[in-house]
Amino acid sequence: MDKKTEMVVPAIQNGTVIDHIPTNAVYQVIHLLGLEKYEDEVLIGNNLSSKKFNRKGIIKVKNRHFSKEEISMIALVAPMATIVTIKDYEVISKLDAEIPDQIEGIIKCMNPMCITNHETITTKFDVVDKENIKLKCHYCEKFTTAEGLHFD
Amino acid sequence: MSNLKGRNLISITDFNKDEYIQVLDIAEDFEKNPKQPILSDKVVATLFFEPSTRTRLSFESAANQLGARVIGFSNPAATSVQKGESLHDTITMVSSYSDLIVMRNPKEGSARYASEVATVPVINAGDGANQHPTQCMLDLYSIRKTQGTLNNLQIACVGDLKYGRTVHSLVQAMCNFNATFHLVSPVELKLPSSVKMSIKNSGLKYYQYTDLKDIIPTADIIYMTRVQRERFPDPLEYERVKDSCILTADMLEGCKENMRILHPLPRVNEITTDVDKTPYAYYFQQAQNGVYVRQALMAAILGVR
Repeated sequence: MDKKTEMVVPAIQNGTVIDHIPTNAVYQVIHLLGLEKYEDEVLIGNNLSSKKFNRKGIIKVKNRHFSKEEISMIALVAPMATIVTIKDYEVISKLDAEIPDQIEGIIKCMNPMCITNHETITTKFDVVDKENIKLKCHYCEKFTTAEGLHFD
Repeated sequence: MSNLKGRNLISITDFNKDEYIQVLDIAEDFEKNPKQPILSDKVVATLFFEPSTRTRLSFESAANQLGARVIGFSNPAATSVQKGESLHDTITMVSSYSDLIVMRNPKEGSARYASEVATVPVINAGDGANQHPTQCMLDLYSIRKTQGTLNNLQIACVGDLKYGRTVHSLVQAMCNFNATFHLVSPVELKLPSSVKMSIKNSGLKYYQYTDLKDIIPTADIIYMTRVQRERFPDPLEYERVKDSCILTADMLEGCKENMRILHPLPRVNEITTDVDKTPYAYYFQQAQNGVYVRQALMAAILGVR
């Protein structure tokens, strides 16, 4: 195994590493996971060299694990992200972020005439295209796409 | 045969092919004998949050002819909606006053939401630009009545195919019946790709045109819609294309004998009045069929048919 000569973002003893985040999505991931208010250590690296992606972002969150719903949020803005669970500096599991078939809450419908933008209603979407991010609103039946993604 | 009792009708895809046929069969019975007091112990609420002539009157006429009591409003300005009441609260309240809710609301998705809040069935009478399934059911009824079948027909849709919700629903519904679609519109107002995808996914064919004359000899049904000036950012563009989707009586030479012209109404100038006198005009009877189809839907959903 190659020995790494330098660790750009310091290791964490316990917690989660979110790797392979597109450089323009790092702060969005932080916001979506509410990490601005997280009181333990959060280490952020961006525009780091990556063999796979040329440049990437990485977030390391000490003593925190993420739910399935939270991972699906990450997937929406960083579909190639890897979620790595760390215990005692060791990798316990590696998981690719995956967009679920249905999404509840989290995202606003991009149709301004949709009832969900006028009443207090939890949005619901069927994911019709995971690759190009295309979500069909359960209520107004219109599509919300990657460029129209707004989070609640 | 499906039991439609207690079902909601929000989107045309909520019902399947067999259920469309079932409703059309019941509607046929009501056409023969429209006045039957089978809903005399029922209260139907018609909640119209925006103006409507045909839809509201035909629902209310349908309910009245079946003996139901009708409550509701056609002007939300005179209700607590004006005071800022949420749709959630209005629907919760009306659920306790009625056996069935018929609702039109300009917000898209409002009908689906109402059906989740209501404790009684909901029929969508139009939720903005989204769905208007009872219009689609009466279009199917009119097609079957004039052609004797819904199967294997040449269906031409003309006009604003981009924003016209009635066209989208009709195309989706007719995908169940092996139709071939002929789509005539200005390039700016072509059928959305998601609806074309429904045609492809059903293994059916569609052809696109910009001139209405091209489909006259082929069509069994010509479904006309209005091209609205406000859809065009450039008024000159509107002027250039506006006549390409106008149907006049002299254009009908060479059409099939069985061909009939449908239109969800109101029409403005897209069908000239000289067409009204031809045997091909069917749009006024089509509107009348709305009463029988709505009778059938209410009777089936309330469990008396």
